[in-house]
Amino acid sequence: MLNVVNSTTVNSKTLPPNPSSRLLPNFWQPIVQSHLNDAEELQAWLEINLDEQLHFTEHLLVITNRRLVYFGPAKTDAGVQNALLREYVYRNGLKLCQHDHAGIYSLELFDQNLRLDSWRYTLTSDTSSTRFIKQFEQQCTSYVSGKPVPVEATEPCPKCRYPLTAEQDECPQCSSEIDTPPSTWTLFRLWRFAKPYQWQLLAGFLLMLASTAATLVPPYLTIPLMDKVLIPYQNGVPIDTGLVGLLLGGLLGSALLAWGLGWSKTYILALVSERIGADLRTITYDHLLKLSLEYFGGKRTGDLMARIGSESDRICVFLSLHLLDFATDVLMIIMTAAILISINPELALVTLLPLPFIAWMIHIVRDKLRTGFEKIDRVWSEVSNVLADTIPGIRVVKAFAQESRESSRFREANQHNLAVNDRINKIWSLFSPSVTLLTEIGLLLVWAFGIWQISKDEISVGVLTAFLAYISRFYTRLDSMSRIVSVTQKAASGAKRIFDILDHVSSVPEPSNPVHLDKVSGKIEIRSAGFRYGNRAVIKDLNLIIEPGEMIGLVGHSGSGKSTLVNLMCRFYDVSAGSISLDGVNIRSLPISEYRRNIGLVLQEPFLFFGSIAENIAYGKPDATRAEIIEAARAAHAHEFILRLPHGYDSLVGERGHGLSGGERQRISIARALLIDPRILILDEATASVDTETEKEIQRALDNLVHGRTTIAIAHRLSTLHKANRLVVMDRGQIVEVGSHDELMASEGAYYRLYQAQARNVDTDLDDISSDERIANKEASA
Amino acid sequence: MTTLNSNIDFKLAHNAAGQLQFTDSDGTVFDGINLVRAFPISAPDEGLSIISQQGHELAWIPSLVDMPAQIKELIEAELAQREFMPVIQRIHQVSSFATPSIWDVATDKGNTQLTLKAEDQIWRLKNNRLLITDKNGVNFMVNNIEQLDKHSRKLLDRFL
Repeated sequence: MLNVVNSTTVNSKTLPPNPSSRLLPNFWQPIVQSHLNDAEELQAWLEINLDEQLHFTEHLLVITNRRLVYFGPAKTDAGVQNALLREYVYRNGLKLCQHDHAGIYSLELFDQNLRLDSWRYTLTSDTSSTRFIKQFEQQCTSYVSGKPVPVEATEPCPKCRYPLTAEQDECPQCSSEIDTPPSTWTLFRLWRFAKPYQWQLLAGFLLMLASTAATLVPPYLTIPLMDKVLIPYQNGVPIDTGLVGLLLGGLLGSALLAWGLGWSKTYILALVSERIGADLRTITYDHLLKLSLEYFGGKRTGDLMARIGSESDRICVFLSLHLLDFATDVLMIIMTAAILISINPELALVTLLPLPFIAWMIHIVRDKLRTGFEKIDRVWSEVSNVLADTIPGIRVVKAFAQESRESSRFREANQHNLAVNDRINKIWSLFSPSVTLLTEIGLLLVWAFGIWQISKDEISVGVLTAFLAYISRFYTRLDSMSRIVSVTQKAASGAKRIFDILDHVSSVPEPSNPVHLDKVSGKIEIRSAGFRYGNRAVIKDLNLIIEPGEMIGLVGHSGSGKSTLVNLMCRFYDVSAGSISLDGVNIRSLPISEYRRNIGLVLQEPFLFFGSIAENIAYGKPDATRAEIIEAARAAHAHEFILRLPHGYDSLVGERGHGLSGGERQRISIARALLIDPRILILDEATASVDTETEKEIQRALDNLVHGRTTIAIAHRLSTLHKANRLVVMDRGQIVEVGSHDELMASEGAYYRLYQAQARNVDTDLDDISSDERIANKEASA
Repeated sequence: MTTLNSNIDFKLAHNAAGQLQFTDSDGTVFDGINLVRAFPISAPDEGLSIISQQGHELAWIPSLVDMPAQIKELIEAELAQREFMPVIQRIHQVSSFATPSIWDVATDKGNTQLTLKAEDQIWRLKNNRLLITDKNGVNFMVNNIEQLDKHSRKLLDRFL
């Protein structure tokens, strides 16, 4: 939506010659051009897609070096035409402000405190209007003061002016994700997983050909058996035992051959499909682990588990069983058709007549069934989601005596499941009998036509018998083939749901040209960072530079964006505007795991995995020696309590660390962070959930950890930040104050109010205040 | 908090900046206040909170219907400017039945396009209502599935 024209490409009045890519849309060119004066340059524009009544209409806001111009449709004698609606020539005191609420953005123009105008729009691209506002400010100041617009230090993206670093080869704003739906031929995409097994697959296919051919021999042998043995015998010719022996031997031989070939083909292909299924599962899981936190935030555990577990199994069964059968059937039909035509083309034609009709019917039903099965899948994950929600939260359910409510929720989901199934079964149940009916009609046709041909002496009785033997097989296979419709659709929808995961590009992508940092000093620069969560702007235009080794305390009410800022620094999410860089390199250009290796994270709720304490401490560095583990535990003040446990470092901690107190778990997680020796340390409310006594213990552990590292600490209890070099006070996604405790207290701003509120708070014990006084004294003496 | 200022002892007006100005019973003036619905979907007219620029609750309005006409008008006008939830009246076409899918829709605010990122962006509410969140976080509403025309219902059904 926001576009800034590179002013070097724009001469006065002439618009860019090539209106491609992100340049001003053709639609707006004539009207904008006609209103620009000589010596007036187009600087930036913003498409406004809502009018005052919030109806979808196209408007355009344009910044030139002289004024702000607003174009939009206006009623004239000749109907509604685009016109210049309002313009504001730059003057002192003009200010643009932007707010957003529930996906709707508003831009307001103020003259001092008087609102001159306001515009509203929805965000239709990832760029934000903050740079539009910046352009406006620059142009306005330059126009009023007569000084030229300051040249941006970094080379901006030629398209949108997003500042690029030297390492970035493409603009992260312009090259945002493209919305392409996955192809409907999802199942063919499974080839990617089948490719490593192509030779086994080829062998399986050849075996399949051979075994199918072998099964087609017996009916063929019925022709001589009928014409040369049985019918002559009826006419008084004695039976030729030698010929009978030969023919019966042929029948037995072909049956044995078909058995052997069929067995080896099924075995090989089942082996391969099982491997494909296993690969699919592993790759999907690996991909899932790489996705950003944003993805997990929006998905439910039950649904993801179903996709990786049961869906991949369904695909596997489909490949090894149904697809195999289907391929065999198709081969058989083709071979049978060839044989039949070679024996008697006319009868073959009659025999094969119902086939296209059945194929057409299958096609019709297939479409209806597919949507139905997709629906069943969704409903099914709804059912399992109810379970996944309720069972972990069973304590809450019981505590509030809501068993019956949960039960009815489950029943409701189940009911929905039932309704969807009922609807699909209506179509499905009709399908099978119809195929059977068509089969019977087909047989009838062959009988009738065959008898007529025999009466004309065009074919022998043996040929008719062979035809009937062939097509009775053939039609029974058609019946089972029709079943492929449902299983294919089930497998395809399963595959689609798996590829949904695989196709999901991580919103924190790996850089295409990664930059490697040898030695990290730990300088973090956050430049005009912005972040939206859904339609809520959580971080707005935030600037902060953290020096190596500095400790920053992040302070603010809950919901002020502290944790989000930390998540952005860890690159759990990517900023939607601006940039964060480490040692002068944009963190987007660093390989993710390499970058995160430099970060130690201690969370409010430490998460321990099932395993021994030693394993938990060494989680970030699995090859750590025992000595290293113990050293880390000592530094984290965890050593002593670990030794008090019955099995020391080998004590097993259950799921999420049951059996350990909150403070103990926290100290283990501190040891975990210490062990990887990170340059950057992030403490997200590390001491919030423990009592004061434990807090002191943890605080001592943290003091060891903080030493010499760039530290960002979030804390509600301001006393825990006594070591911080600077305190950063945040409010609603913005930094409101920065400074040391004393400075902030002296300025009596937001920090002062927070501090006062906490000092008054009954929860804050004397100890906290006295320690605060201690800091104050220390800082005063320093 | 719920009982805070439930009877009207405050004044609401527009200031020069076009913002709502709140004056409480003590005569303290707050500029640039925000109006927040407590239940924007399930009960939009019940429970409205007036929030100061600093994010503190200044007044609680249990029900908009009981307010004096002048205040009600002001509030409704302000909310109408802030709230943007187009109601989908017809789905013209969808780019694909697999997500992400781009929908051409007619809403009470005119024709537009929305991008559905995943099926779970469609929320089933009570009484056959749907809330559809598009890629950019704009919420679209379907008031009653049953009342959509057959074509739209058929398209929509593929995603439910």
